Amino acid sequence: MTTGNASTPSVPLQHIAAAISGAVFAFLVLPILVVVPLSFTAGELLVLPAPGFSLRWYELFFTDQRWLLASRNSLIVGVLATLAATALGTLAAIGLWLGSFRGRGLLLAVLALPLAVPAIISALALYFAFSAVGLANSLAGLVLGHTVLAAPVVVVTVLAQLRMVDRALLQAATSLGAGPVRLFRRVLLPLILPGVASGAVFAFATSFDDLMVALFLAGPGQFTLPREMYAGLREQLSPTICAAATVLVLVSGLLLGLSEVLRRRDGAGKGDPYS
Amino acid sequence: MMGPSGRRRTGIFLLLAPLGGLVLFAFLLPLGMLVWRAVDNTELATALPETTRLLRSWDGAGLPPEPVFAALAAELPKAADNQTLGLLSRRLNFEQLGMRALLLRASRVAQGFRAPYAEAFQALDPRWGEPELWQLLRRNALPVTPLYMLRAVDLTLSAGGGIVAMAGDEAIFRELFLRTIWIALVVTVLCLVIGYPVAWYLSMQSGRRARMLLLLLLLPFWTSVLVRTTAWFILLQREGVANSALRLLGLVEEPLTLIFTRTAVYLAMVHVMLPFMVLPLYGAMRRIDPVLLKAAASLGAPGWTQFRRIYLPLSLPGIAAGSLMVFTISIGFYITPALVGGNRDQMISTFIAFFVNQQVNWGMAAALGLLLLVLVGTMLYLLQRIVGARVLQAGRGAG
Repeated sequence: MTTGNASTPSVPLQHIAAAISGAVFAFLVLPILVVVPLSFTAGELLVLPAPGFSLRWYELFFTDQRWLLASRNSLIVGVLATLAATALGTLAAIGLWLGSFRGRGLLLAVLALPLAVPAIISALALYFAFSAVGLANSLAGLVLGHTVLAAPVVVVTVLAQLRMVDRALLQAATSLGAGPVRLFRRVLLPLILPGVASGAVFAFATSFDDLMVALFLAGPGQFTLPREMYAGLREQLSPTICAAATVLVLVSGLLLGLSEVLRRRDGAGKGDPYS
Repeated sequence: MMGPSGRRRTGIFLLLAPLGGLVLFAFLLPLGMLVWRAVDNTELATALPETTRLLRSWDGAGLPPEPVFAALAAELPKAADNQTLGLLSRRLNFEQLGMRALLLRASRVAQGFRAPYAEAFQALDPRWGEPELWQLLRRNALPVTPLYMLRAVDLTLSAGGGIVAMAGDEAIFRELFLRTIWIALVVTVLCLVIGYPVAWYLSMQSGRRARMLLLLLLLPFWTSVLVRTTAWFILLQREGVANSALRLLGLVEEPLTLIFTRTAVYLAMVHVMLPFMVLPLYGAMRRIDPVLLKAAASLGAPGWTQFRRIYLPLSLPGIAAGSLMVFTISIGFYITPALVGGNRDQMISTFIAFFVNQQVNWGMAAALGLLLLVLVGTMLYLLQRIVGARVLQAGRGAG
């Protein structure tokens, strides 16, 4: 494409685009990274350059009762919601893949609905419903809410993986006498495992990053990390919040890395996932 | 006995049932409740059941007959005892100011009333003799009300029950909806203008280099909206990093007011939404065959014409998908305007949260939520019509 052909965009134009892209990438990444040096400040104020290096805010983050409780809640809710969403989402994706019934498209749209509805509407609806049955202000309510919001992500991811599975393999296994459970465990699951794992990573990120549902459904005893951070921002801005944000960025980076590794090992990375 | 196809159907049903059930009971049903809350009107029937029953059978002319007054006198003290009066008086006060005081006063003395009750009420407060008051009570004996939906578009019910415009300073919601749409529109245009050259640049890179650059796009994409907004919240403080940098560069003398402004909202929202624009644009541009441009060039088309007649139309699906997605997600934003915006920069979601958490007025929250849902539904319908449901999967929770 860069063979100096007349059709190739002129070189100045490419330079302009490169300059714009560089500025945009800096705009996207730098604000996120700015919390990192601020979290290591020795002072109380959020100014750069920081007056000195210190780990005191991390010490606070990892010893303070409120932050500890929030981390614990985030982990418990994240893990449980991920397990539930991955199991239910995978089963449903297989059902959608195997089935060829009327209303299949509609069912897929309904199952994917939580992805499309704005977070505040989902949170409001869950708040009304869960208040009526005593699930508001409980970890169980949060797990249930996050499962509903995360499961569609798993369905979509696993369904994409299933489309690459050769159905003849299933017929072969069946004709050799494999029952449905063995068929699933020995044939289908190994084939779609990368998709299931990717779905689980997405599901965990959905739960771990959620603020809206926690805002409506969590009482002080169920505060998750984002909820505690939001409360901190509204009360008093302290470098502890930067420490918490840094930890969250780190977790996001890990999850992104994990999802990239899964996609590449799967071989699907050869194609272009965004086209 | 079931045949193989019957067994297969059962199997498929069993696979779909768990998630189907969960989505039904923990999402569709709650959404239904939200719609129902927007018209729900059971406060009067709950607090004053017998009065409600009699009001429903009254023809509405003049004042109601004596038995209605008698039932009201008997039920008001009971409602005060079992705490249902609080909800009712708040509900009626929302429809017409002064109703709370009127009801609470009557509930305190109604136990001592003797027949004729109509005169006893009117002796306490002449308003009990006004037909408009009884029209209002009769209206609210019905299980549904249009009041919340009307208020959400700055209309209200007049004393006689007609639909009239809300008074000046209380008519805030039309402006709020327009502002929400405007902010989402500005963010969409900014994302498109900034995102288009970036996507074009990305699409010209070799596979390996493009993937490296895409990671730079995906890190912010994976970082939660709260963390990204927090970063802007910290950056834009009066004594914050942005102001120190501007002063260091000698661009300003005094620190600028950056936080709690519309500019801050646009900055942070564009930061959050830009990946949602660049990814579909990049996808569409990757699919454009460079041979087409070569053909155009060999036929003598200058660069600008090549872009206008070939490249732009071919990238249109990406533009449509990205713009609709950015717009749709933007109109539901809550966290970002709440944290970095001022009072005049808040969007619908802020008011939904306000009515739930501060006012405990679920009806208004539900009505505003329903309107927002209709708005988003329309956009999604367009999105689906134009580009197919495929793109929706990229819409990982934002807001």
